[in-house]
Amino acid sequence: MNKKKKASLLSFFNSPKTAPYVFVAPFILFFLVCYVYPFIKTIIMSTQQIFGFNDVEYIGFNNYRRLLNPHFFNALKTTSSYTFWTIMVLIPLPIILAVFLNNPATKGKNFFKSALFMPALTSVIVAGIFFRYSFGEQPTTLVNTLVGFFGMKPRVWLQERGPAMLALVVLCTWRWLGVNIIYFLSGLQAIPQEIYEAAAIDGANAWNRFFRITLPSLKPVIIYVVTISIHGGYSMFAESFAFWQTHTPGDIGMTIVSYLYQMGFNDFNMGFAAAIGITLLFIVMLINLIQLAFMGFFKKEGN
Amino acid sequence: MAYQMESSIRIEQKKPRKKAWTRWAIFLILLIFSVFALIPFYFMLVASFKPGSELIRYGINLKVQPDIMSWKNYGLLFTGKEGIYLHWYKNSVLITLLQTSVAVFLSALVGYGLAIYRFPGRNILFIAVLVVMMVPIEIMMLPLYELTVRLRIIDTYAGVILPFVVPPFAVFFFRQFALGLPRDLLDAGRIDGCSEYGIFFKIMMPLMKPAFGAIIILQAMFSWNNLVWPLIALRSNEHMTLPIGLSSLIAPYGNNYDLLMSGAVLSVLPIVILFILNQKAFISGLTVGAVKE
Repeated sequence: MNKKKKASLLSFFNSPKTAPYVFVAPFILFFLVCYVYPFIKTIIMSTQQIFGFNDVEYIGFNNYRRLLNPHFFNALKTTSSYTFWTIMVLIPLPIILAVFLNNPATKGKNFFKSALFMPALTSVIVAGIFFRYSFGEQPTTLVNTLVGFFGMKPRVWLQERGPAMLALVVLCTWRWLGVNIIYFLSGLQAIPQEIYEAAAIDGANAWNRFFRITLPSLKPVIIYVVTISIHGGYSMFAESFAFWQTHTPGDIGMTIVSYLYQMGFNDFNMGFAAAIGITLLFIVMLINLIQLAFMGFFKKEGN
Repeated sequence: MAYQMESSIRIEQKKPRKKAWTRWAIFLILLIFSVFALIPFYFMLVASFKPGSELIRYGINLKVQPDIMSWKNYGLLFTGKEGIYLHWYKNSVLITLLQTSVAVFLSALVGYGLAIYRFPGRNILFIAVLVVMMVPIEIMMLPLYELTVRLRIIDTYAGVILPFVVPPFAVFFFRQFALGLPRDLLDAGRIDGCSEYGIFFKIMMPLMKPAFGAIIILQAMFSWNNLVWPLIALRSNEHMTLPIGLSSLIAPYGNNYDLLMSGAVLSVLPIVILFILNQKAFISGLTVGAVKE
C-alpha cells in the first residue's frame, strides 16, 4: 500500500505535465515572497503612520502629501541630473570607443578591452574610496593637482553641488565605461561586414557609414543600455553612499534612494519611506515607457 | 573573407597617409582611456603602503615615497581591531559562495523549465521575469527588512541572500541559452527511461556549461560587491561583508585609514586575478541581454 502510494507520487511528479511546474516553482515562490508581497506591503505602508511593526495608524495620502518638500525635490533633481549626465556620457563615448576597438587595423585591442573592463570588477565602495580621496579638498590631491596644471585653483569638490555631480558622474563613468563598450562591441560584431563593403564601393565615407549604418544597427543595444541606465540612475544610492555616507551636508549628492534609506532606516519613518519608494517606482516606469516609445520600440513590436 | 581583405587593401592603397594618421589617433585615444581606467588601481596600490595620516593630510597623490612606505598596513589587516578584517573577508567569501551556488542552481532550473516545456502559465511567468528585471530592488527594502526580522534571519547569511535566491537576470539568461538546446534529446532521454529531472541533470546540464560559467562569474561578482541590501540586513560588526566593513572605516572621525587602503586592495585582488585568468567568461555573460532583444 505504502509502496504503491510512493510510486504513484513519483510518477505524478515525473509526468511531463507536472515537471515544468517543479522546475519553475522556485521562481514562483521567490516572486510571491520577494516581489508581490513586498510590493503590496509597500503600498499599504505608504498609507500608514508606522510607530512599530504592530503599531500603525491609517493616514490616507498624507505621506504622499508630505513628499512635497524641498528635500524630496532636491533628491529628485539630483537623481534626474545624475541619470541624464550618465546617459549623455555613457552612450556616445563607449559607442565611439567600441567602433575604434572593432576596427581591424587597431593594434593592441585585447589589452585595451581588458584594461577598460577592469574597473567593473571593483565594488562601488572601493572605487568610492579612491575617488573620495582624489576629489579631496587638499591642494595635493589628484584632482586638485590635475586642475592645477590648467592654472585653476584647488577647490572643495565634494561640498559644492556642481563639482559633486561631476565627481559622481566620473565615478560612474570609470566603473561602467568598459561594460558599455562590451555591449556595443557585441552589437557591432552582429552587423554583417558586407553592408560596409557595399557602402564603401558606393563611395560612402567613414562619417556616412557611421551615421547611416553603424548607429541604426546599434539601435536595439542602445535601447537596452538606455533602459538599464535609467534603472541604475534612478535607483542610485551606493555611489552617493561611498562619497558622503548617509550624512550629506546640505543634501549634496542625496538621491531618492538615499532619502528613502535615511527616512526608513535612520529616522524609522517607514510609512513616509514607503511613499518615496512607490513614487520612485512610478517615475522609473514612466520614464522607461516614454523612452521606449520615443525610440519606437512599441512600433517595432507591432509590425 | 578574401573579398573583405581585398577591399580593405584597395581602400588602404587609395589614401595610405590618411589611414596611418587615423590609426595613430585611434591608438592614442584608446591609450588615454585605458590609463584613466587603470590608474586608480596603481594609486590605491601605492597609497596602501603609506601611513594613514599621510592620506588624511594630502589625499591620494602622485608621489611614490619609498622612505615612508612599508608593509605595515598589510600586517594591520590581521592584527588591527582584533582582526575584524579577517571576519569580513570570511563573511564575504562564504556569502558569495552560498549566494552564487543557490542563485545559479535555482535560476538554471527555472530558465530551463521556461525554455523547454510548454505549459499553461508559461508566458505569464516569463513576463513576470521581465517585469521584475525592471523593478529596482531598493523599493522593496522596507517590507523585505520587516520580513527578515519576522523570519528571525536578520543579521545572518540567510537574510543577506534572501532577495537574490532566484535572480531574474540569471533566469532570463538561462532561458535564452536553453532555447538553443536540441529538443530531440528530451525525447531520446524519455525513451531511454530517464525521468524529467534525470534528463535535466544528466543530459541538459552538461550542455549548458558555457551558460553556467558566465552566470557563476557575474553572480559572484555581484555578490562580492553588493552593498545596499547587506547594509540593511547585517547589523553586527563581525557579520559584515567587505564593502560594508570597508565603508565603516571611512567614518569621518575614525582613525582607521591605515586599514582602509590595504583592505580595499586585498578585497579587489581575488577578482582581478580571476579576471586575468579567464577574461572571456567575464565578458560573455554580459552580452546576452543586449544582443538577443
